[in-house]
Amino acid sequence: MIRSEILREIAPILHDHLVVCNIGLPSQEMHLIDDNAWNFYMLGTMGLSSSIGLGLALSQPKTVISIDGDGSVLTNLGTLPTIANNVADNYILLIIDNGSYGSTGDQPTYAGKKTKLEAVASACGCENVVTCKDVDTGKALQAAIDSKQMTIIVSKCDSGNIKLPVITMDPVVIRDRFMKAVSA
Amino acid sequence: MNIDKKITDDLVANGVSFVTTVPCKQLAGVIEEIDVRDEIFHIPSNKEDEGMGLCAGAFMGGKRPAIIMQNTAIGVTINTLATLIQYYRMPLPMLISYRGELREPVACQVEMAVHTKALLAQMNVPTYHFHHQSDVEEFDAILKYTFMCNKPVAILTDANFWGGYGDQ
Repeated sequence: MIRSEILREIAPILHDHLVVCNIGLPSQEMHLIDDNAWNFYMLGTMGLSSSIGLGLALSQPKTVISIDGDGSVLTNLGTLPTIANNVADNYILLIIDNGSYGSTGDQPTYAGKKTKLEAVASACGCENVVTCKDVDTGKALQAAIDSKQMTIIVSKCDSGNIKLPVITMDPVVIRDRFMKAVSA
Repeated sequence: MNIDKKITDDLVANGVSFVTTVPCKQLAGVIEEIDVRDEIFHIPSNKEDEGMGLCAGAFMGGKRPAIIMQNTAIGVTINTLATLIQYYRMPLPMLISYRGELREPVACQVEMAVHTKALLAQMNVPTYHFHHQSDVEEFDAILKYTFMCNKPVAILTDANFWGGYGDQ
């Protein structure tokens, strides 16, 4: 499975929760598959999906799922110790690990070579780290939500993209709509 | 006047309850003060752009955030300021240790100091410079201004403000 297929499959699970969508294609795919007020689309700032999600989870009680990529986590590797040391049990970091920088033309990442992000997360002190196959992502995500424990999921999938339009929503509209959903 | 306490009191009085920090020798006292206050959740960051991501999330979660960092961080956070904090119109007080100014003992710090105000001006970030201890009296008004206009606002605090570097 490629990332867009995983997102399509887990969209019904994501639908009831606050979702921080990573920059580029992941945001565009979520916007296409299930645009709703509970999605926060990152239009820029590669690497910060996990940080935005953690800050949000630490500041209010609703479940927050950050959808991140292996390339983005590598960009902001310092996020994993911060997550490990500031446990928010309403927080799930879902790393879609396709071993490539999908939005820029599928250049390989180090996560697709020797580096194992699940091992990095564990070494950083993250306590619930789950590695799953692409087809099992929905099951792993639902289990993490039900566990009410902060969880890092690394979903191993294939590299590849679909063609889709950019998001033309104004960032302030995205933010305002999302904040109203957060406080509802 | 204890400026560490005054800064922290002003943060609390303005409802700032989520503070991320990347340390600096000059900021050690204020970071310590923030860390012991029950009203403030203190979350150290490993890098300042990461810290701004945390602050963006906290703001959307209903908290008033702030970041405490060195001016060297301006070199790290230009993209995050432009594409996250400014693009989505979020308020962010940035209490910045202004290294490389008068009484600075480390020459390399001057190399970023000479760019600091120019970069902030280029980014259209409202910028205040605390040079004398009494300048801290404006901190409360600066916080109110930040949350009024939903912008990142820089408060540069130099060595003279903090009382120098002691024996260095």
